[in-house]
Amino acid sequence: MLEGLLIGLQTALSVQMLAMVIGGCLIGTFIGMLPGLGPMSIIAIMIPVAISLGDPAAALILLAGVYYGAIFGGSTSSILLNAPGVAGTVATSFDGYPMAKQGKAGKALTIAAIASFCGGTIGAILLMIFAPMLSSVALLFHSAEYFALMVVGLSAIAAFAGTGQVAKAFMMTTLGLIMATVGEGTLFSLPRFTMGIMDLQTGFGFITLAMAMFALPEALFLVLRPPSTSANSDGEIKDLRITRQEARAIAPVIGRQSIQGFFIGVLPGAGATIASFLGYAVERNIATKDEQDQFGKGSIKGLAAPETANNAACTGSFVPLLTLGIPGSGTTAILLGALIALNVSPGPRLMIDEPQIFWSVIISMYIGNLVLLILNLPLIPYIAKILSVPRNYLIPFIMFFTLMGAYIGQNNATELLILVGFGICATALKFADYPLAPLLIGFILGGMLEDNFARSMQLYDGISFIWERPMTLGLLSIAVFLIVLPSYRAHRARARRAGIADGD
Amino acid sequence: MTLDRWIALILLGLCCAYGYAAWFTMDDGLAPFMRRNPIWPSTFPKILSILGIVASGIILFGLEKNEQKIGDIDYRRLGDYHIWQAIGLLGLMVVYAICLRPLGFLGATFGFLFLGSTILGERKWVVMTIVSAIAAGVVWYLVSQVLGIYMRPLPSLLGG
Repeated sequence: MLEGLLIGLQTALSVQMLAMVIGGCLIGTFIGMLPGLGPMSIIAIMIPVAISLGDPAAALILLAGVYYGAIFGGSTSSILLNAPGVAGTVATSFDGYPMAKQGKAGKALTIAAIASFCGGTIGAILLMIFAPMLSSVALLFHSAEYFALMVVGLSAIAAFAGTGQVAKAFMMTTLGLIMATVGEGTLFSLPRFTMGIMDLQTGFGFITLAMAMFALPEALFLVLRPPSTSANSDGEIKDLRITRQEARAIAPVIGRQSIQGFFIGVLPGAGATIASFLGYAVERNIATKDEQDQFGKGSIKGLAAPETANNAACTGSFVPLLTLGIPGSGTTAILLGALIALNVSPGPRLMIDEPQIFWSVIISMYIGNLVLLILNLPLIPYIAKILSVPRNYLIPFIMFFTLMGAYIGQNNATELLILVGFGICATALKFADYPLAPLLIGFILGGMLEDNFARSMQLYDGISFIWERPMTLGLLSIAVFLIVLPSYRAHRARARRAGIADGD
Repeated sequence: MTLDRWIALILLGLCCAYGYAAWFTMDDGLAPFMRRNPIWPSTFPKILSILGIVASGIILFGLEKNEQKIGDIDYRRLGDYHIWQAIGLLGLMVVYAICLRPLGFLGATFGFLFLGSTILGERKWVVMTIVSAIAAGVVWYLVSQVLGIYMRPLPSLLGG
């Protein structure tokens, strides 16, 4: 590990990489602050830039920096405007916005920055400990286990989608997998489902799909219903300091939520949103009666808990990506797509084959968190000025960058028409409350899932690999369990509400 | 029928068409040596078509009960939102895609940003012109000169 750390330090501390981290954090904070734009959209917009860098380590460091920056920026708009840019920072606004209304916006931002820094840093330490452990286990996996593991990942994403949403998330995952089969696969070298259209020969463009699924619908939602940016947007942000007493009060919260958030982030499909809400709920439950009354009215503990948890969860979500090559969230799915485009296959061999990428990403997490704390925080009063840019100028720019992202990736104007078409479909899906992240995750994992499935079928001359390999059988059983359990629990809850006893 | 079930119906049709292609048409041209393989190019799509049909059927027939919740935007009251602005901007994106090559990057981008602001109700013509012109120029410089991705700056008529 020490050797790896040194390699990581050597790579990440070069001038170019430091510029990537700082640039990524600043860009992420800038755009993440805009209400309605989440990290997935921002990363999708930044992918062509990252890919054109040519260096996978630099690309991943830039995108990771953008990711942390976007989460931090989202917290800022949650606190100042009560308009979270990201779902993961909704819980931040519960106490952050009341603090801002009481004239403590500066203090709230400092607490958010410190909590984010600690959550991210402790998360990075945990990542450093657990990722190599998981990698060494994953090296024992064969294609059958990989196939089963991906099925577990995809099932978990559907299972965590929420009550009444499992079928929709499952449908979206399947749709993503279906879309991944369009074009010429590597395994068979045969065009499939192209309908004779030449542009579909290489399949759908991942960047176009990412833009269409996230950036365009979010921009259209901003047009349809402009967020209310009434209070505090022009208010001066001052007094960024916190007292020793306040620091002492939030320290245990930060410690607990860093660990809890990290492990929630590792779970596929759970991510920063669940981590932040759960963190808030846990801290509220264990607080004293007086402190509980303060929650929702400007409690510093209520602000520190979700902020720590969402940053730790963001770091945690890198564990399955870097060790298994399986993204657990939409954002890490986009990062995986970018890495594949750069000819890097994340997985257990990443640590062995490309240690400089693996370790420099981890080191960049520390640096990124540090940059957010010491560079972004003092700059926040100035960065927050972007919130006063009129929507009439901002939205055309967001749409233009969405178009540019799709165009630069393929240099093909047809891609722009596909983007608009998919964007309209994605907006309709969003109206009907279909989750879009599972579609993209399914699309990105589709090729790998089919390759591993085909390899296992060929090795075992049929589907006997499912029962001949106990680990595969175990993993697939978990996948079935994950899909069936939420539906069963929802059914039981309904039956109970209807007055029918268990077992009836 | 609610929108999510209409969408499920469309997805069901899509999965049926996909399944039909996978089950009945894809294997026609398969080489004899490939037929001896345990896996065919159609194997995975066949499984996916079944999964897709089952999932869309569950949503369509409401087998998984869920509470109707209204998200950020209630699609039943689209008229209350700025729907025409959204449609106008989508149309503008299509026009941009079509005009990008013939008009060149600078002209098309300037037009997109200027008209985009106009659609959204901005009427400060001078500011809009300056902002759009500077943005188009700066982005073109960054993409083509810094990132090294060639984009035709001027209309093809002018030899750009």
